[in-house]
Amino acid sequence: MTADPRAAADRRTFIPLDPSLAPPGTRAFRDAGGIPADQWHADQNGETLVPTHCCFCGVQCGMYLRVDRRGKVFGVEPRNHDINRMRLCPKGINAYQQVNHPDRLTAPLMRRSRDEEFREVSWEEALDFTVSEIKRIQQTHGNDAFGLLGGASLFSEKTYLVGKFARVALKTRHVDYNGRLCMVSAAGANKLAFGIDRAGNPFSDILLTDCLLIAGSNVGECFPVMTQYVWGARDRGASLIVIDPRETAIARTADIHVALKPGTDSAFFTSVLHVVIEEGLTDEDYLAAHATGWEEVKAKAAEYPPSRAAAICGIPAEQIVQVARTFARAPKAMAWHARGIEHHSQGVENCLTVINLCTATGHIGKPGAGYGTITGQGNGQGGREHGQKADLLPGGRSIMNEEHRRQICEIWGIEESELPPAGTSMMEMVWQMQRREIRGLIGICNNPFVSLPNYRVVKEGYDATEFHAQFDFFLSETAANAHVVLPVTTWAEDEGVMANAEARVVKHNKAQDPPPGVRTDTWAMCELARRLGAGDKFDFPDSRSVFDELRVASAGTVNDYYGITYERLEETGGIAWPCPTTDHPGTPRLFEDGKTYHPDGKIHLQVVEWHPPMDPYDDAYPMSLTTGRTVAHFLSGNQTRRLGALVEQTPRPWAEIHPSHGFRNGEPVRVVTRRGSEVFPALVTEAIRPDTVFVPYHWPVPTAANALTIDALDPRSKIPEYKVCACRVEHAERIDEVPAPPVAPGHVAYPETQVSRTDPLPPTAPQGRGTSERS
Amino acid sequence: MMGRTIFIDPGRCIGCQACVSACRECDSHRGKSMIHLDYTDEGHSVASLPTVCMHCEDPVAPCAEVCPADAILVTADGVVQQADTTRCIGCSNCVNACPFGVPKIDLQAKLQMKCNLCYDRTAYGLAPMCATVCPTGALFYGTVEELQAERPGVQVADTFVFGETEVRTGVAMVVPAERVQWPVPGGLPVVEINGKDVRR
Ligand code: SF4
Ligand code: SF4
Ligand code: SF4
Repeated sequence: MTADPRAAADRRTFIPLDPSLAPPGTRAFRDAGGIPADQWHADQNGETLVPTHCCFCGVQCGMYLRVDRRGKVFGVEPRNHDINRMRLCPKGINAYQQVNHPDRLTAPLMRRSRDEEFREVSWEEALDFTVSEIKRIQQTHGNDAFGLLGGASLFSEKTYLVGKFARVALKTRHVDYNGRLCMVSAAGANKLAFGIDRAGNPFSDILLTDCLLIAGSNVGECFPVMTQYVWGARDRGASLIVIDPRETAIARTADIHVALKPGTDSAFFTSVLHVVIEEGLTDEDYLAAHATGWEEVKAKAAEYPPSRAAAICGIPAEQIVQVARTFARAPKAMAWHARGIEHHSQGVENCLTVINLCTATGHIGKPGAGYGTITGQGNGQGGREHGQKADLLPGGRSIMNEEHRRQICEIWGIEESELPPAGTSMMEMVWQMQRREIRGLIGICNNPFVSLPNYRVVKEGYDATEFHAQFDFFLSETAANAHVVLPVTTWAEDEGVMANAEARVVKHNKAQDPPPGVRTDTWAMCELARRLGAGDKFDFPDSRSVFDELRVASAGTVNDYYGITYERLEETGGIAWPCPTTDHPGTPRLFEDGKTYHPDGKIHLQVVEWHPPMDPYDDAYPMSLTTGRTVAHFLSGNQTRRLGALVEQTPRPWAEIHPSHGFRNGEPVRVVTRRGSEVFPALVTEAIRPDTVFVPYHWPVPTAANALTIDALDPRSKIPEYKVCACRVEHAERIDEVPAPPVAPGHVAYPETQVSRTDPLPPTAPQGRGTSERS
Repeated sequence: MMGRTIFIDPGRCIGCQACVSACRECDSHRGKSMIHLDYTDEGHSVASLPTVCMHCEDPVAPCAEVCPADAILVTADGVVQQADTTRCIGCSNCVNACPFGVPKIDLQAKLQMKCNLCYDRTAYGLAPMCATVCPTGALFYGTVEELQAERPGVQVADTFVFGETEVRTGVAMVVPAERVQWPVPGGLPVVEINGKDVRR
């Protein structure tokens, strides 16, 4: 303690220590020069580091799973992957805890009716019962009376199998997936405008841009690791425009934060285009050479002067002018959007107005200029490319297109007459369940009881089914309603690929064997197919065999995966599709040659007319309810609500409301919509519009935002209108405590510290929105 | 000035608490987080501010100076270690002495715990857990030159004033370039920026 501090200052450098003292994991790093090479490593403690990716959001951060000498995943280590460069968000850091969580399902659960308790049975019995129920329902009510719902957190191999299993083994038209609740609006808009359904630029282009426009995306909480690109652009002087009714962490530092009223995005963007045209900031040469429909779009934009749009959007007209000038005058500008503009009954149109703006200003297909949509689920992008969506066949082929049908039937070895037509979307399937048109259902990797809007309708639909089986590794709220629950693997127990928000295909590796009693989804689907008499079409011993068929099935399409192999993915750390040959480098940036994927090579601009949200405001319901995510939880929370640190970080939802309504922070308030009401602690903050209330949606009833949201759909993408419905907020007596779920092993509860948590019922939340770890 | 250390840039913090989760994962105090996250303007803004141990250099580690059991040691490279478990008597003197409110006391275990700059990692050339994962670079580990190469024009302060006392720290704070003489969050006036005394 007498050391000279000034002298100490220069000595904080590498201190060689006795290598035998290295704590677990560090020796491998040291041997690799401080930064781990992308290989499996083992140090003297028998610990192995398996390179893989996070199982959660569409950023797909690289990580190492730490595996102990008994072969069990027990920790995480950051990985220097191109996408995230060591960074991880709290979900990624804690993800490993679900692998050996005490809640894991390790034996099939079964009951013959919903009045009975579940009992553990053998796989044999569970599969036999499932198949006999499928046969019974299909023989009595037709093949289409049985449906299949997949998920976009599955590896692409498994999503390919879901589509094939539905059409070839179940022979039903009714297959869809929970990506329907995610980015299908952006997909629809991109397909209409560009003939290809993916983001136009890689994340790294954000670093090169001069103006970054982020619309309807709480990047800091939903895609935290993407923030490094945003700040990187800021470091180089890029201006930042954020469109969001809330002042999120990203909006807080923006040059222009447009806090528009939920449900008015297309009016806003069309008006921005109006100003761009008025001020002569359009790129007419680019438009003439590369776009169709410009005259019509221009005429429509003339109808949206800032004065009109400002009234619709509830913002100052000057902001519209400011955004137009900043975006259009920037040498290179980019627009990224997410669910905030996509979760609407006009979700496709909202995205189209963004595309119109990018095209009109010539900000397309260049380093630092373009558009992108940020996928919510890890495989939100890849999850729909290979045929689990109601209207799509593998390779993004249309199930309505004769030629496409013929091609796929040839690969699958079936007659074209055997291939069912397009089915309906996820929410529509639930309505069909309510009407008993669909009487049996298998759900794989989804939790509609929390994630679909209008909970009452969802519950009625599921309750009306005669048979319901669910694949999951935890007993989700939806699985708890099933007749059969099949325990399947986590992402760490199998290998496979996912495509992230940049359409970069990355490979996940197997880190441990599944617990006894647990099987892969691939195995379970193939077994069911065998029992249904289609075994010869489902001879897939592992993921690799599925991937090889998927590659062939996608060859020659826009979503071409043919050139992508497991080996190449391991070597390169990821390849963006299209990648037609095994020596093709992939396509990180689209349209560099100025050509789109339409036959004429042009961008097809679309005219958009704004219309109000589906749930009208009136005196009883004067405010907008909008929903979203928190940084600690993922989607329906089935995975993250069980992990101690994440539960501690955000234990329960809240209703975020402006101080002008007179509520006190933490006070119980009742949020009422036309579909029901629920009580939340109020989080009073100026960081939200006075006419808007925000509730995060990761929790089941009795604190489920989706018990309140409306099941109105976008007519084209069939995405539900999660981001706006009419509501009111009233004073409530008390908040019912929701019992806390069990937490993961290895999680040590925070030690009792000298300064205790003061508020027994804090309004809860991260981000300056309530609880913080004060101690 | 300083060698490799942590730079805190509150302007970038998105309050995600990845640092809090990551700190729980490092091996020296597995399961417990040694990082504070403060919300500086609750009800008005989502602004947040991470605090790790500042590894005070001058006066050297007030926590260590007041420790009656000589449990807090400062290594030659200036890292103020957490209390030696065999010596710590859980008296809380360090908690009261720290000008930044960093050390924590586990009352049951009668043990002090604090950030030790991930000595288990930094000693082997690895960045500390929190600064490795921080998605935004609000926590940055490296030299000031590395920081400035990544963020042109960035200004950092490593001297803070508490009344009459000036404290120079091993961990530094990024201050907005155009506001070098403004108080940094937490109300501590900055007196030295990039090694220059800005009061003169
Ligand atoms: S959830 Fe997303 S941002 Fe967080 S670690 Fe996983 S992939 Fe990265
Ligand atoms: S990880 Fe970084 S951005 Fe997130 S709370 Fe910590 S310091 Fe802030
Ligand atoms: S440097 Fe290490 S011990 Fe200190 S706060 Fe960061 S992660 Fe925790």
